[in-house]
Amino acid sequence: MKLGSKHTTLLVLAVIIIVAPFFFPSSYYFRVGSLIFINGLAVTGIVILTGYAGQVSLGHAGFAGIGAYACALAPVYLGVHPGLALIIGALLSGAIAFLVGRPILRLKGYYLGVASLGFGILVAMLLTNEAQITGGPDGIRVADLGIRGLLREMGFRVKGSELWYVLTGICLLIGAWLALNLHDSPTGRALRALHGSEVAARTVGVDVARLKLQAFVISAVFASVSGSLLALQNRFITPEVAGFLHSVEMVTMAVLGGVGSVLGAIFGAAILTTLPQVLTVFAEYEYAVLGLVMMLVMIFLRDGLLPSLAKLIKGREQ
Amino acid sequence: MKVLASTALAALMAAGPAGPALADIKIGSTLAMTGPASFLGDPEAKTLEMLVEEVNAAGGINGEMIELIQYDDGADPNKARTFAVRLIEDDEVVAIIGGSTTGTTLALMPEVDAAGIPFISLAGSISIIDPVEPYTFKTPHTDRMACQKVFEDMQKRGISKIGMISGTGGFGASMRKQCLEVASDYGIDVIADESYGPKDADMTPQLTNIKATDGIEAVLNPGFGQGPAIVTRNYSQLGIDLPLYQSHGVASQGFIDLAGNEAAEGVRLPGTALLVADILPADDPQTEIVRAYKTAFEQKYEMPVSTFGGYAHDAFRILVAAIEKAGSSDPEAIRDAIEETSGLVGTTGTYTFSADDHLGLDLSAFKMLEINNGGWTLVD
Repeated sequence: MKLGSKHTTLLVLAVIIIVAPFFFPSSYYFRVGSLIFINGLAVTGIVILTGYAGQVSLGHAGFAGIGAYACALAPVYLGVHPGLALIIGALLSGAIAFLVGRPILRLKGYYLGVASLGFGILVAMLLTNEAQITGGPDGIRVADLGIRGLLREMGFRVKGSELWYVLTGICLLIGAWLALNLHDSPTGRALRALHGSEVAARTVGVDVARLKLQAFVISAVFASVSGSLLALQNRFITPEVAGFLHSVEMVTMAVLGGVGSVLGAIFGAAILTTLPQVLTVFAEYEYAVLGLVMMLVMIFLRDGLLPSLAKLIKGREQ
Repeated sequence: MKVLASTALAALMAAGPAGPALADIKIGSTLAMTGPASFLGDPEAKTLEMLVEEVNAAGGINGEMIELIQYDDGADPNKARTFAVRLIEDDEVVAIIGGSTTGTTLALMPEVDAAGIPFISLAGSISIIDPVEPYTFKTPHTDRMACQKVFEDMQKRGISKIGMISGTGGFGASMRKQCLEVASDYGIDVIADESYGPKDADMTPQLTNIKATDGIEAVLNPGFGQGPAIVTRNYSQLGIDLPLYQSHGVASQGFIDLAGNEAAEGVRLPGTALLVADILPADDPQTEIVRAYKTAFEQKYEMPVSTFGGYAHDAFRILVAAIEKAGSSDPEAIRDAIEETSGLVGTTGTYTFSADDHLGLDLSAFKMLEINNGGWTLVD
């Protein structure tokens, strides 16, 4: 499950983020890159919740929706800077995750999956139906973060997609660093113990309910920030960001790449973000291909793409 | 396993497929060819494909061939945005047609604006062209115009108190708002205002409420998809003996089939000339163009023509006329030429753009239609 130490993972990520642009023929690739990083950030949260603590959430897009709409609405109604709105959104998501998670996480099994599913759908419905505030299903414009303007005043002219490549890349690195730190901390060990066996963890004195809640809240904040970044980059957001499909997409990315490893999950996000771009020629078969890839990975590479491949290569070396 | 891994890697590396053979004029499109809005995107994409072949076969524009680059955004605004960047930055198109839905259109507008690429949207909402953005145009009439057309007809029939039952989806919600805003201009009072969700299977309770409201003289149902068909069926089951108006969103044969001939009898809705191509009077300016498009489309694809394909038809005609007039494929010149379009007859209506009108249609673009014996008849 482990792909070398914390620092190798961060180093690999940083090198990829820095070196990749040298191979980009146009700024369209920066756009795809930043989408990968945004999805990667959300998926890193899933790694903490599902990979470390072993809990499944099918409603994380709900938190992405809260983060996204915080950036759209807070500058309009509260007059705050969009950057601050991102933090407000993250705090709000954390608080809601705490309130929602508290009763649910005392239950065992698939209750969290089902309850979070309901939560995600509720958020999406709220965003769709409260049209006088949220703009309804047609979406809403998001204020400019102002960094490009600031850079221009300082004499630097950068393209929007390039700037966002850098910003989201930095956010992803910070997110990965936090997740990896958590992995090796006492909390992280307790979470993994909980993943292995809830009963055993409780026996050795782990406060199971509290830890699950912690993991849920942290991953909700990750999802929220990813939603905010998406909204700020696109300068426009629709309720689809909170939709059920987006929740499933997050879990799929994590599971495909390897939900136990941060690097693996980000790799999964990269594949599922680029796949629709690669498959434009046979767009009609996109979902068929996706389904096939998922099934093959589940059957042959159970730890997820990256960890399984790493294991395979290691095995051959020996 | 190894095969899978290497295919995945190869696929990743091939992320940027090499462009096909060089063409002279590149036009891009991002449409919802699949997914929940494919009933819009599919005929639109097919129409563009057909028209590009037609223009190229006739020698192109000013002797230059057109290359059409089409992407399928599945009505996902985020994808549409990405494809817009790809069309502009990677494929280097000179103009974009697309955005089957309002959401995808609004998502990609900042991108075309920043790059200075002319863009013709195929989506309905008035928010696309109000306020006017310099590079964005659109061909479908707005939902506000549909409301006005319906209210105009109600006024003629002496109706002043109506009930509304609207879908809560993007189309229904937006049209409901526009209708409420313009109702008073026509001396119309909305005295009952009900709604239903996009997946509801029975609207009897809402309709019973409307029926029970005192003084109601007609009912209007903004919405599209299956909802309006269910409303129409429930309406007839409840024996409500008042005129029922539907929106242009369901102006297709599919609606009549879904609602049933008997229930749909007498329902009125604003539609385009395309729908009644066969019964249009010969002296109507649109007759010729509408029939030509209908015949060509139905011959090539063996499926009935739809209003939505007509939007793409008009967008393409406007663009081609603009490029011809500009005499160059410089995006800026094309944009200026589109804005100068005047009296161009399309399937949806006659377009005359100006600096502060990027839709260019008036109410005459709509025909008031009535369903009789499972077919369409012209009211005016």
